[in-house]
Amino acid sequence: MNGINLIKIALKALANNKMRGFLTMLGIIIGVASVITMLAIGQGSKRSIQNQISEMGSNMIMIQPGGDMRGGVRQSSSSMETLKLTDYQNIVDETRFLSAVSPTVNSSGQLIFGANNKPTTVYGVNQDYLDIRRYSINDGDIFTEQDIASAAKVCIVGKTVVDELFTNGENPVGKVVRFNKIPFKIIGVLTSKGYNSMGMDQDDVVLAPYTTIQKRVLAITHIQGITSSAIKEEYTDQAIDEITEILRRNHKIQPGSEDDFTIRSMQELSSMMTTTTDLMTVLLAAVAGISLLVGGIGIMNIMYVSVTERTREIGLRMSIGAKGRDILSQFLIESILISVTGGLIGVLFGIGAAFAVNAIVQYPIYIQAWSVFLSFAVCTVTGVFFGWYPAKKAAQLDPIEAIRYE
Amino acid sequence: MNKKEIIRLEGITRDFQVGEETVHALRGISFTILEGEFVTIMGTSGSGKSTLLNTLGCLDTPTKGEYYLDGVRVRTMGKNDRATLRNQKIGFVFQSYNLLAKTTSVENVELPLMYNPSYSSSARRQKAIESLKAVGLGDRLNHKSNQMSGGQMQRVAIARALVNDPAVILADEATGNLDTRTSYEVLVLFQKLHQEGRTIIFVTHNPEIASYSSRNITLKDGRVVSDTYNNDIKSAAEVLTTLPKNDD
Repeated sequence: MNGINLIKIALKALANNKMRGFLTMLGIIIGVASVITMLAIGQGSKRSIQNQISEMGSNMIMIQPGGDMRGGVRQSSSSMETLKLTDYQNIVDETRFLSAVSPTVNSSGQLIFGANNKPTTVYGVNQDYLDIRRYSINDGDIFTEQDIASAAKVCIVGKTVVDELFTNGENPVGKVVRFNKIPFKIIGVLTSKGYNSMGMDQDDVVLAPYTTIQKRVLAITHIQGITSSAIKEEYTDQAIDEITEILRRNHKIQPGSEDDFTIRSMQELSSMMTTTTDLMTVLLAAVAGISLLVGGIGIMNIMYVSVTERTREIGLRMSIGAKGRDILSQFLIESILISVTGGLIGVLFGIGAAFAVNAIVQYPIYIQAWSVFLSFAVCTVTGVFFGWYPAKKAAQLDPIEAIRYE
Repeated sequence: MNKKEIIRLEGITRDFQVGEETVHALRGISFTILEGEFVTIMGTSGSGKSTLLNTLGCLDTPTKGEYYLDGVRVRTMGKNDRATLRNQKIGFVFQSYNLLAKTTSVENVELPLMYNPSYSSSARRQKAIESLKAVGLGDRLNHKSNQMSGGQMQRVAIARALVNDPAVILADEATGNLDTRTSYEVLVLFQKLHQEGRTIIFVTHNPEIASYSSRNITLKDGRVVSDTYNNDIKSAAEVLTTLPKNDD
């Protein structure tokens, strides 16, 4: 008996019991649809977090002086003066995995323009910093090498700063603001980036040449940190190793001793935050997977009933020449048809439900091809797995008894 | 005239193990059936009729003895080979018709050919229609089984038994569920098939039917107690004309 005949026979049998077939299918439809929707929601929130992190610069690496022991007392890392400009210079000279490096120093204080003032932190950086943090200039210019060399009193401000200080709507570029009594000329305004995923306002920022902050504001020679970005996110680990090697050599740290600096990468932060969403995805998918399993058991149940109910039909088929494997295939094809059709409908429903969730409650969703493929494959396997046993039972019936079964 | 041997039984025994006891259903049965014979096999219940029918139908294999169907030795065949043999050489007609529910007559008749890969779907349909015409149901091709009377259903079942051009038609109490008139209609059909040269084995406990067949074998306690040829075959068609017509 050929496959087409078997499929015809199975279709015919399903058509004879449409309601039952549909209800059985419903289990699979709900199972597959919920797997797809749940994965779409889980993956969606993961991706939205990843996007926010990559807006901050997903390949960013931050170096800070580490805590040190002085006479048995552990010191706060901000009071450390171990990072020097030579460290920065050496990293710039020797790096193979970093695309941008900037020293950082910062100072908090009151920023004043006319009658308005606001508390803020001025970051002393170089031009690379804008690339590292993915900032761009909306209006005006960035400071130059010349500005850095001369410790020029210039700054670039973010949108929040502009909104709070320039309440009359005047153009801030070219205006002079005062920070801790030192006048700074605004030479550029950053493009707005909004809040990040941690709720920090990325537009509340003032950038100035690091030399200016070092010499004119803080009067220090060390730097408070180095911010850099790896060529690509994947090179983050190599870049960290490289920086560690350079800094340990510069600071003459003996093998076996603790580093006197700490390196953090966005990748760490990213993986920490996605761990939560991954866990959520796994939990959602597990619950959805259980409903798929229940759907599979539904198939098995119905196939059992179907085999018992059709014992005489099986006996007849055997007496007119059906082999055991023909009967096996017939029932297996029936259960596969139920699960595959249910799976297809479930895929459509799942995708539809995911878009509905997105449209109604504005949850971020992301439907990945693999999740659709996976749940479809799982439900096909479910059909074979749960259909096998009843089909085997049908194939092993004795035609003599089956034909006279009442 | 030398007719072809369709069935040859040589000392068939069939034992069943029921708990500790051995039940001897058949105790050494031998006979030969030639092509074109219409044989009734009779016997009371417990005589071994059903077991013999199962053996003849290749559904069961004998414990001892040899069975040749159309020259093929059945006893040593495996399950799948017997299925194929049934598909090609045997046409079954059951007491309770055993038609598929909610299925048209053509589809029911096509069924045996579905399990024969050498038939294309158009050849299958063609053959099924011919078969249904042969049993007088040419106008009921697309009627579903639940839309037909018992007599019509049994005729569909006979058409299904004919569709594969079997070497032998095995009927198991084929008139058992039918009223008198319909029984005669079915008998007329069997006689017609007999005249066309088909080999028919009709298992029944109704002694009347023997007079319409060409040979009668009677079983008792698993043995053949009589095997007689009928030289004066009664015509079922004639009897039918004397019966009152059904209202339907």
